[in-house]
Amino acid sequence: MEYILIIISALIVNNVVLAQFLGICPFLGVSNKVNTALGMAGAVTFVIVLATMVTYLIQVYVLNKLGIAFMQTITFILVIAALVQMVEIILKKISQPLYQALGIFLPLITTNCAVLGVAILVIKKNYNLLEGVVFGAATALGFGLALIILAGIREQFELADIPKGMKGVPISLVTAGILALAFMGFTGIVK
Amino acid sequence: MNQLQNFTKGLLKENPILVLVLGTCPTLATTSSAMNGMGMGVATTFVLIGSNVVISLLAKLIPDKVRIPAFIVVIASFVTVVDLVMQAYVPDLYKTLGIFIPLIVVNCIVLGRAEAFASKNTVLSSFVDGLGMGLGFTLALGILGAFREIVGSGAIFGHKFIQGDGILVFILAPGAFMALGYMIALVNKIKKT
Repeated sequence: MEYILIIISALIVNNVVLAQFLGICPFLGVSNKVNTALGMAGAVTFVIVLATMVTYLIQVYVLNKLGIAFMQTITFILVIAALVQMVEIILKKISQPLYQALGIFLPLITTNCAVLGVAILVIKKNYNLLEGVVFGAATALGFGLALIILAGIREQFELADIPKGMKGVPISLVTAGILALAFMGFTGIVK
Repeated sequence: MNQLQNFTKGLLKENPILVLVLGTCPTLATTSSAMNGMGMGVATTFVLIGSNVVISLLAKLIPDKVRIPAFIVVIASFVTVVDLVMQAYVPDLYKTLGIFIPLIVVNCIVLGRAEAFASKNTVLSSFVDGLGMGLGFTLALGILGAFREIVGSGAIFGHKFIQGDGILVFILAPGAFMALGYMIALVNKIKKT
């Protein structure tokens, strides 16, 4: 039950993009087409789950043990950067099709604040390893959900007559605002 | 003259938020009031100046291949300093900004300036560039925060000037997206004419 609550909370009620403002850069950057959005969502899910596991173990078994919890930011960002590189290299070796699909998105993920954000939130919320991984996966799916919905809407914009100044980022932001409004309807399902 | 240009370009012509649209996460998340927005702006400015200066000093020593991880370590060190200082001296603001203080490390503006400017220019220019970009960031956050606070809760810097509630949605998430969207649209409009 507890895990279901974590999933619903992270996926819709406190959606990572629309309610917590994490990962806005890729949210605006790769939401032009549904296909690229799907690729990005897949890559982010993969990295977030992996990064949550590794950073959690490092926090508990290295940083806390040595009493250097203040090194959290530096350690986590380096771990994530290294992890992204490693995933890229491994994928290239073992699964060419998957690499083709996710490859170009992987370098972008290091600067996705959702990855570092989730890693820090898991520690802040005192989750255990399993809860942390579930939370990470649900958050990543929430990111994918928001990204794909926005991409779907933006594809329709090509047919719409948008005022010049509003084209590109502004109209996407306003659309995201309306999406956030819709997601606010879920408030109260989970405390 | 050159230094002056380095300084002013961050404020208007290359404003990180309104023109380059970088660092949108903290922009949206921390501007529920003018004070919070500017607090975030000042914290980021400090990191920007610090990392710009150190990176311009070290640029020649860092091998080209490992420059991005090296830059990230420098930036993360300054973020840790800000994190600990704010926790000690402004605990209330620290609590409100929460997770977005450590997340300054993945703010694209900071790494962007390190890569695009500080690694190629002198210490003084890098300092001025960091200051200008930081103030441009703070300015945009302050304006957005002030707008959302005025419309959303009928107050400015915590002083209420209307009875009752404002348009609550502007304090919440949807208002952040819309306010920034229209603000960028306005800047686009002004730039083109």
